[in-house]
Amino acid sequence: MKKKILHKHPLVIRWFHWLNFPILALMIWSGLLIYWANDVYKISFGQTLVFHFFPENFYKTFNISFHLAEGMSWHFALMWLFFINGILYVAYTLISGEWRYLLPDKNSFKEAWQVLLHDLHIRKFHPTQIKYNGAQKIAYTLIIVMGVGSIVSGLAIYKPVQFNWAMNVCGGYGNARGIHFILTIGYVLFFLVHIVQVIRAGWNNFQAMVTGFEIFKSTKAEQHEES
Amino acid sequence: MKNPNSKLEEFVDAKSIKRKSVVAFCIFFLMLVVGFATWKWINNQPTDQGALRPLRKVLDVNEKFFSAFFDSTKLVKEYPLSAAAKKVRVNGIEGIRDNVDEDTWRLNVIKDNGDTLKITLDEIKLLPKKNIVFDFKCIEGWSQVTHWAGVPLKEFMKHYHLKNEAMKKYVGLSTPDHGYYVGIDMPSALHPQTLLCYEMNGKALPKIQGYPLRLIIPVKYGVKHLKRIGTMYFSDKKPADYWAERGYDYYTGH
Repeated sequence: MKKKILHKHPLVIRWFHWLNFPILALMIWSGLLIYWANDVYKISFGQTLVFHFFPENFYKTFNISFHLAEGMSWHFALMWLFFINGILYVAYTLISGEWRYLLPDKNSFKEAWQVLLHDLHIRKFHPTQIKYNGAQKIAYTLIIVMGVGSIVSGLAIYKPVQFNWAMNVCGGYGNARGIHFILTIGYVLFFLVHIVQVIRAGWNNFQAMVTGFEIFKSTKAEQHEES
Repeated sequence: MKNPNSKLEEFVDAKSIKRKSVVAFCIFFLMLVVGFATWKWINNQPTDQGALRPLRKVLDVNEKFFSAFFDSTKLVKEYPLSAAAKKVRVNGIEGIRDNVDEDTWRLNVIKDNGDTLKITLDEIKLLPKKNIVFDFKCIEGWSQVTHWAGVPLKEFMKHYHLKNEAMKKYVGLSTPDHGYYVGIDMPSALHPQTLLCYEMNGKALPKIQGYPLRLIIPVKYGVKHLKRIGTMYFSDKKPADYWAERGYDYYTGH
């Protein structure tokens, strides 16, 4: 018996994706160990404190306090893996032509809006797509831009004199730390939305990130799940 | 309607799909195990100067890598005097807990030939003085624009004919009680903005800021700006470093 499959994720992209997951997770963890030593960021409304990054019980739960040296040693080791993995991923998408599926075009923003309406159950119709819909294209491209931002702002904090161009791009040393922090919060938010969407999209979509292909249930099913 | 995915679609034998899926998931779980094992292995390694050995090795590689293109013509940004903080932050008092006797205090410079120069503060003040207002950066993540003055270490070494000493790879500094000590690579020590500093905000250093003489080295984090210098020596081996022994990076250079 023959089944129809959709070749979705090339092998190397699957490797880059799954390697990035623990690397980024550990970068965020070690980054928190560093951030704790000067945890100055907060959201406040006028004089009223809305949220302090981070409350004491958060530090306690994740055993973050008093691990600055440990955080730095992990952060400055894993930065290489994060950087190399990211560079190779971008290089691969460019050389293989995979970027064509990933880079948003002028239709993507309209499409992303339609996807959002669909996902919020406001609209039945889901736009047809090749591999990724408009919302995904925007999200997966934005995350690369964020990665570049983390590297540039990270360099600005790590070597503010030798990489003074990076510090100037960030608008100073203090701003570089702020940007580095906000981008990290961005990764966490991305991760949460990503997980929800992967669960919603179902098993066939998820297993494609491991096997590389989606399997059609029957040959007449032309429409496949979103991812 | 034409299917936009047609190029990516293929009819494949169901058995082969199953086999490919099983192989892919086996590799996936194997990598999961390898990942966890690597994490466990690194965390079970002995520590080297307070850092897990594999991570200490990476820190040392980072040091070699980044010091290889250290450019001493790149200067730390300087600010106008008005930008300098009046209340200067104090972060550590290791090595300066006891009192200092200003009459007997000397800067002991241990020369290559074993001689020790004993230099008074007044002698140091005779050397060309440089003011600097810069963003003092702490390894903890805060920074503060502060105003310091003293003699550039490079000029000091020239004046005292420490030519052979300048050929060494490192400068070691320690407080008179040896309670705090740092090691600094020579290129950073000879950076034009590195000062033997005796003034803060235009006045003699407060005791808590390292009176009578401290190091100001803007191309390094605050941990290297040793307060109350007692001894200066030169070595090709890494001098002992208080925080590097406690798990921190040795280089901590900018």
